[in-house]
Amino acid sequence: MSTSETLSVGTTPEPEAAEPAAKGHRRKGGSSWGRALRRDWQLYSLAVLPLLFFLIFRYAPMLGNIIAFRKFEPGGNIFGEEWVGLRYVKMFLNDPTFWNVFSNTLILGALTLIFCFPLPIVLALLLNEVRRRTLKRFLQSVSYLPHFLSIVIVAGLVMQITAIDGPINSFLSYIGSEKISFMQDPDWFRTIYVGSEVWQTVGWGTILYLAALTTIDDQLYEAARMDGASRWRQIWHVTLPGIRPTAVTLLILNIGTFMAVGFEKVFLLYNPLTYPTADVISTYLYRMGLEASNFSYAAAIGLFEALVGLVLILSANVISRRTVGTSLW
Amino acid sequence: MVTTHDMTRGYRVFQWFNGVILTLVVVVTLYPFVNILARSFSSQAAISAGEVNLIPKGFNLTTYKIVASDPMFWTNYRNTVVYTVVATVIAMVMTTCYAYVLSKKHLKGRKFLVGVAVFTMFFSGGLIPNYVLISGLGLKNSIWAIVLPNAISVFNLLVMKAFFESLPQDLEEAAAIDGLNTYGILWKIVLPLSKAVIATMILFYAVSFWNSWFAAFLYMNESDLFPVTVYLRNLIAGATGADSFGAAAAEVTQAGANIQAVTIVLTVLPILVIYPFVQRYFVSGVMLGAVKG
Repeated sequence: MSTSETLSVGTTPEPEAAEPAAKGHRRKGGSSWGRALRRDWQLYSLAVLPLLFFLIFRYAPMLGNIIAFRKFEPGGNIFGEEWVGLRYVKMFLNDPTFWNVFSNTLILGALTLIFCFPLPIVLALLLNEVRRRTLKRFLQSVSYLPHFLSIVIVAGLVMQITAIDGPINSFLSYIGSEKISFMQDPDWFRTIYVGSEVWQTVGWGTILYLAALTTIDDQLYEAARMDGASRWRQIWHVTLPGIRPTAVTLLILNIGTFMAVGFEKVFLLYNPLTYPTADVISTYLYRMGLEASNFSYAAAIGLFEALVGLVLILSANVISRRTVGTSLW
Repeated sequence: MVTTHDMTRGYRVFQWFNGVILTLVVVVTLYPFVNILARSFSSQAAISAGEVNLIPKGFNLTTYKIVASDPMFWTNYRNTVVYTVVATVIAMVMTTCYAYVLSKKHLKGRKFLVGVAVFTMFFSGGLIPNYVLISGLGLKNSIWAIVLPNAISVFNLLVMKAFFESLPQDLEEAAAIDGLNTYGILWKIVLPLSKAVIATMILFYAVSFWNSWFAAFLYMNESDLFPVTVYLRNLIAGATGADSFGAAAAEVTQAGANIQAVTIVLTVLPILVIYPFVQRYFVSGVMLGAVKG
């Protein structure tokens, strides 16, 4: 730290930087932190409120997870009353409903990943082939639009579209099939969830790929054509390698959020009839904690979920660094 | 890729196929909006017969009148505006200050300060401890339960930090020699140079606060404190029905069918109206964020 400190002193925008003599004098006296504080106290002062924010609203709740191992009284100490060890962990490990929502979470997460990760790449490649700029811009604007809607509105749209008097059922009865009450049928929940996720996220997901595509050097295509490569081979050998770093980064991020399948959307779309397929870890712990007031039990489940998420993103990052040389940090 | 067009037969077939796919994408994306708009103006009879598709059938404005005459709808709408404005202002101040600090490469302890923020992207306290904390702080049923826990989005923070790092340092150094302190430099030199990124950040925050509902749903028990998203959520979840609007019997039948459609239309309208004008700021913001990955 102290070497980089010395090196960077020359680039400081503070007045001392302009007076090398004074700077040299200062370096001798006081600890390096004391010197940094004297020189940059105004900068540090700007960080005080944000640091308090992180401490109170991000790190305190992390510590608050301690109630997963302690007895907790609503309205009492937010860090719990007394230690109970792994009681709540054992409890959820032996809870059949937990394993049901656990596998629902994995299935919904996997389906979301399978559809919502590759489809933006495909759409970006297709958009990239549109030559008329105005048309391309129109297509982009339309496909980004759903991203800006509140999840409540998306849920509302989903319910109207799938309603018994909605357009899908009108179509079904038009072609002579029986009507389906989609929102009450557990067999349809995953399709509806993933379908609406695709509808809302795929268009916006193309942005980074489209940006990466514009940075690919035209000379690479030129060279490929000289070698007689067809358009398909150009896509395979030039385009796809060009967007690979973007794709890998997004894949890591997607895997990191794998377990955190959209709580809000499941919560808005599910109902007791569809619990068998729709209930996920986060909705289950919501009901356990905030509806049944088993705060410690729910916190234990939540902590488990967060840790799995952390492990997932760390391992995805390590694997991608070793195999393709791209990592988040 | 678009420079030379080798119009082989295969490529022409592809272009035709591409046109079909992209047209489908547009249709699928826009269809729900058109359908909901059509339903919102249609008669109850036409809706339950499943006849409403792209154009309203049995055109009427009854449901619009019912929703518009519900004072709670407007109270909640006003709440959404107030929450969005207050939360965005606070978030902007916090994010700008911290991003500026983090952008100063020479600052001792900078790596630690960055780490404090970035770690929270990958690990979070979770629902229960957050709920316990907010209740414990006595923030329930106040605007602060929505505003304070979301005062900094780390993604937005990193976007701003990347932007500040890309600014030329000479101006700031010159200003420092002229005797301006750090606050003066930030206010008079850096911020005027950052109008584009500030506009983008304001939009990012404003849209996310405008759309948010769960914090309010979780921490507010009194319906006159709800934002309009919670109003809509309760409507969808069936917690309130047309009868709670004090409408006449015939109107209740009409409203029952499409009150959700009308409320969705009225809630989504502001977003749809400003979207075409601000969309490019979002795109540029995401690009800025991507630079730093």
